[in-house]
Amino acid sequence: MTDSVPPARATGPDQFTGATPDNAIRDADRAKAGPVLAADGTPLKRSLNRALRAQKLRALMLIAPLLIFILITFIAPIADMLFRSVENDIVSQTLPRTVVELDRWDGEGTPDEETYRALAADLMVATELKNHTRLGSRLNYETTGISSLFRKTGRDIDEAGEIYMDQFVALDAAWEEPATWVSLMADPDWIAAQADWSARAEEAEAAQDAAATAEEARALEFTEPEPRFRLSGTARDALPRTSRIYQQFASVIRSEDGDSPTQEQPWAIVYQALYEDLSGGFTGESYDGAPARLLTRAADAVAAFDTLPVKEFFIENVDEDWGDPEVWGTIKAFSSPYTAGYFLSAIDYQLTPQGIEPQPDDQKIYALLFKRTMFMSLTIMFSCVLLGYPIAFLLSNLPLRTSNLLLILVLLPFWTSLLVRTSAWKVLLQQEGVINDILVWAGAISDFGRLQLINNQTGTIIAMTHILLPFMILPLYSVMKTIPPQYVRAAKSLGATNWTAFWRVYFPQSVPGIGAGCILVFILSIGYYITPEIVGGTTGTFISNRIAYHISQSLNWGLAAALGTILLALVLVLYYLYDRIVGIDNVSLG
Amino acid sequence: MELPPYATLGQKIWHYTFLTICGLIFFFLIAPILTIIPLSFNAENFFTFTPGMLAFDPEAYSLKHYRDFFTNSGWQQAMWNSIKIAPVATLLSVSLGTLAAVGLSQSHVPFRRLIMAILISPMIVPLIISAAGMYFFYSRIGLQGTYLGVVLAHAALGIPFVIITVTATLVGFDRSLTRASANLGAGPVRTFFRVQMPLILPGVISGGLFAFITSFDEVVVVLFVGSAGQKTLPWQMFIGLREQISPTILAVATILVVISIGLLTTVELLRRRSERLRGMSPG
Repeated sequence: MTDSVPPARATGPDQFTGATPDNAIRDADRAKAGPVLAADGTPLKRSLNRALRAQKLRALMLIAPLLIFILITFIAPIADMLFRSVENDIVSQTLPRTVVELDRWDGEGTPDEETYRALAADLMVATELKNHTRLGSRLNYETTGISSLFRKTGRDIDEAGEIYMDQFVALDAAWEEPATWVSLMADPDWIAAQADWSARAEEAEAAQDAAATAEEARALEFTEPEPRFRLSGTARDALPRTSRIYQQFASVIRSEDGDSPTQEQPWAIVYQALYEDLSGGFTGESYDGAPARLLTRAADAVAAFDTLPVKEFFIENVDEDWGDPEVWGTIKAFSSPYTAGYFLSAIDYQLTPQGIEPQPDDQKIYALLFKRTMFMSLTIMFSCVLLGYPIAFLLSNLPLRTSNLLLILVLLPFWTSLLVRTSAWKVLLQQEGVINDILVWAGAISDFGRLQLINNQTGTIIAMTHILLPFMILPLYSVMKTIPPQYVRAAKSLGATNWTAFWRVYFPQSVPGIGAGCILVFILSIGYYITPEIVGGTTGTFISNRIAYHISQSLNWGLAAALGTILLALVLVLYYLYDRIVGIDNVSLG
Repeated sequence: MELPPYATLGQKIWHYTFLTICGLIFFFLIAPILTIIPLSFNAENFFTFTPGMLAFDPEAYSLKHYRDFFTNSGWQQAMWNSIKIAPVATLLSVSLGTLAAVGLSQSHVPFRRLIMAILISPMIVPLIISAAGMYFFYSRIGLQGTYLGVVLAHAALGIPFVIITVTATLVGFDRSLTRASANLGAGPVRTFFRVQMPLILPGVISGGLFAFITSFDEVVVVLFVGSAGQKTLPWQMFIGLREQISPTILAVATILVVISIGLLTTVELLRRRSERLRGMSPG
């Protein structure tokens, strides 16, 4: 378009006048200044952008449902697994006070009395909530013996403070009464609310008894829970230790057994806390009336009480292991809410009070397992190349009709159920199986020298090579199909021998196929679970079998998650390589 | 692979050796699957050919393992569970997957590579890891051990196959057809169902078959996400292989081989049809 052309609405071959896109562009071309306009007069750039935005939005809306679906059903579980491999809040949640007190401990000798008191309170609550065994088995992964220590302590913990309880009760039988404790500890408002609640509960019960039919009675059932216990401010100020543990007591019996503090005598450790409060400079000023008399009397008497430090109680009466710095060290080492402990275990190291140390030699299994997984996956990969290359070569050099027919022999195993192929190998490889029978019949081995082909590495390698071979042949075949035969012919006509022509000309062109097939087979084989589980015995198993073991048998989920994370990282690196070499868009199926 | 008439003796020997090697490898690929078929008709509870079978004595063959499969309540329950789980999971992954593949095939999709990577990831991540993660996460949200949990998990595993096959079909799709349809006054929904869908149908169906076989054949995830109430056929086989191996497994295996031959044929026919529809040369 030059300046010499006279301005006209319609030019060019289409001869349309009016607002066609072509004319708009031509107009814009002619108008030297100003932005290019679309047919409706808006700047072309904006108009195009708007169209593009709508297009993008439409595409995203089509993708969104699936993306959300995958994020919830698949990505979230993977993220959960990654999280679990470092998550470790069980110690700080079950022993909250102990963990705080332990902060002061320097790792030498045993912690101080205050820590043992915190431990008694924590364990009392944990035992009531039946959490202590869970914590015990968690810490048992790190130091063996802790599980039984916790179980034993759980049985004995209600004796902690018993000595004080007996003395308080001997002093005044009122200390045995739940009502005494409520009057000392509870907020007056709560006492009123509770009385109201129990009156209504009784009323409902009476109405229920009077009901004519069972159905009516069920409808009248009183389901409202008891009001949540509230401490009085007086108790909180005057008896800080006692009120803290008493409140815990009230909330635990309410949530666990549906009991009320008005009906239950407090735990023995509540009496111990009371003893501590009273002997630690208690003045009875803030109380008045009957409770004040009771308290001042007790405060006067505590100086003469027989005492038993909690520390001594734990070490002498429960288990001497509570005096073992190693136990305390383990608790301290795993007290933070996140830990690298699982990852360290997964690579045969352990987190000890003294820092990171290698596991003792007899417990080093994961490095060996990773090495074995690698070694076997590589072996399987090489056998697949060895067996797959000739087949792919043959298929790509045969006429299409014949190769399609032979391809079925590759695709049939590919489509056959994995369990079918695995069971076939289990049947074939047994000592009394078909292969050994044939070998005996052929005289290659004697009837007594039957080969051990299953429940070891041989079994896994044979079966998995068979199962993964199609994954090698298919990418190899698709690459080899595209290698033009002219190059090999040219090489031969230039005097190369068959071998040279193959090795120097054909083979290099097939390398991308080998790369693709190898990575695919390797990725698939390092994560295999079913086949090694069935034909691998104990020596032919992979890391994935160990992950399954930790999930379903040893219940060490954190370690399973850490092993899984390592495996996942390995696979993602390989996948990245695969994407660089082959491109994920080029994955073809059959 | 024709041997030229002027081939030397060495070349001839090499040629036939090569063919023999290939024959042996094909044998290795196919023999294990074929061996279990006659073994499943064994009249004894053995896993090897009895002398009677080798002599083709009709007495040595029987259908008792098949009878066992069709009458044993454990196997029947497992079969029904598989039949209840796989089609629903397939339907879910095909409908969501096709929609997303159509979206992905548009020319301007932001974050296309990232989205593709996320959608393909269930195929890349080793099954044991998916199973572990799903076990942890689904027990948190109460899906572990439920039918819905297993269906969702299987649908997620089948989606990459649908995405891959449908996107592959869409690569050869002529965009001017949808424009023509829009030009003639059809809305996007009508265009999709009347123009685009019939053309990509072969890809959709073969993606669906892949998703189906993934779910039908899946054992690791269902082992963790499911409970005894969702015991599928592969699960029952897995238990059978690990604990008390009974020859009924061979009967089941034979039935599954027949099913996979059927599926393979269908996929192959669909692929050819799709290529013919898109005007590509067969092969």
